[in-house]
Amino acid sequence: MFQKVLIANRGEIARRIIRTCKQLGIQTVAVYSSADEFSLHVRDADEAVCIGKAPVSQSYLNVEAILQAARDTGAQAIHPGYGLLSENAAFAKAVEEAGFTFIGPTASVIASMGSKLAARQTMERAGVPIVQGVNDPIADVDEAVVIANDIGYPIMLKASAGGGGIGMQLVNSDAELYKAFEGNQKRAQSFFGDGTMFIEKFIAEPHHVEVQILADQHGHVVPVYERECSVQRRNQKVVEEAPSPFISEATRQKMLDAAVAAAQAIDYTNAGTIEFLVDRDENFYFLEMNTRLQVEHPVTEEITGLDLVEWQLRIANDEPLTFTRDDIKKRGHAIEVRIYAEHPVTFFPSPGHVEELVLPEGDGIRHEVSIESGSDVTPFYDPMIAKLIATGATRDEALARLEQALRNYTVRGIQTNIPMLLDVITHDVFKSGVTTTKFVEEHYLPAVAK
Amino acid sequence: MTIIKASMAGTVWKVLVAEGQHVEAGEDVVILESMKMEIPIAAEEAGTVTRVIAAEGDFINVDDDLVELA
Repeated sequence: MFQKVLIANRGEIARRIIRTCKQLGIQTVAVYSSADEFSLHVRDADEAVCIGKAPVSQSYLNVEAILQAARDTGAQAIHPGYGLLSENAAFAKAVEEAGFTFIGPTASVIASMGSKLAARQTMERAGVPIVQGVNDPIADVDEAVVIANDIGYPIMLKASAGGGGIGMQLVNSDAELYKAFEGNQKRAQSFFGDGTMFIEKFIAEPHHVEVQILADQHGHVVPVYERECSVQRRNQKVVEEAPSPFISEATRQKMLDAAVAAAQAIDYTNAGTIEFLVDRDENFYFLEMNTRLQVEHPVTEEITGLDLVEWQLRIANDEPLTFTRDDIKKRGHAIEVRIYAEHPVTFFPSPGHVEELVLPEGDGIRHEVSIESGSDVTPFYDPMIAKLIATGATRDEALARLEQALRNYTVRGIQTNIPMLLDVITHDVFKSGVTTTKFVEEHYLPAVAK
Repeated sequence: MTIIKASMAGTVWKVLVAEGQHVEAGEDVVILESMKMEIPIAAEEAGTVTRVIAAEGDFINVDDDLVELA
């Protein structure tokens, strides 16, 4: 196993990775920006290296500074976490070329899934269901209108390089498409440096269900069940659970099969997630593949007993998986909520000084936290400050534990979305287990507007 | 004279107005970036820009002055 690993990330996920490294006897190196000098991931690590100023472009995205920190500390491998450089093929390549092990898939696999259009083509060839749409870039708005009429409105206009909902828009008519096309193309160009656009049929009332896989460097691919992540705001997940309360066992097995086929088609290695849209009739369609650890990985760990970070490290260290699909049993139900420093209704950010943080304890309660009492939440990074995971023998038990914990969760000094989370998880529609990606717009926001 | 202030801490991503320019009530004058979100800051009343205080790339705190209107 590696003796020393550098974590090229910050916040709760850096702490999460450090925790598993410690359990495996691996030394850890944290990197940090000047804004994060006093943050908990710096304190948790055995060593820490400042890699630049607060803006991510000058620190957490500074590849050369990260590689230099690895050289200076004698780290052997680099874990990218999620976000930041985790799905940056050039970074993965630079890490390997500098003589370190990248804890993730190969640079060419990351690149192949980074283009959503190329990913569509690959998955179609592998026999994985994809949403009806085009597999070639759309040159201009006139061509887009022809294609949209061919597919039939409503359609989703998407950026091939997109992520986090940027460059993506639901379009209902020619007039809307004329208005939307160039703006989204420009946004994609400025955010991702790639304005390639494509169109897919809009799936009504979609559920977001994703399959976790682990793939070693010896040809084994094991699916580790699914997660339901339909409750989203601003195209970002807020509540995630495993298993999905919506799909049938037959659909589950078909989705796990499709995920294995998808991973094998691209010779995937390490932990990865295949995201699907599922319609009301349980037809499912490939959405995209995330070539990294997911924010919501703890719910999978809770129902399977696996440590996904441990297996990321073992796979990167060329160890074979020691279990098969049949060996992985799911036990109980786990639900995660993301706690954001933001206004619970407008979702506007709320950076500031955390006067007090009191974490609730209880059976089946797990915390992943980036702050403590006295921390400053700066405006430079993602607003997610913590994750709360509740596990129970049944979904009802997990929900009851989650509700109790959220009611006892104390954050003073900044606003958080905890009131929203409580409204969501106690809503009858959420309790029924049939939530779509429109849940927040259709159920939560109208209720708080009253 | 009115000063348009920042509603939250963040980085000035875009300044949308120049000195001498007329703005309507509700028109965005600056876009801040905070926690990876774009936050448009609008003029509450119409007026003419007499001074642009914030520059693109500046880090600003809540209630810092951004644009002066007359």
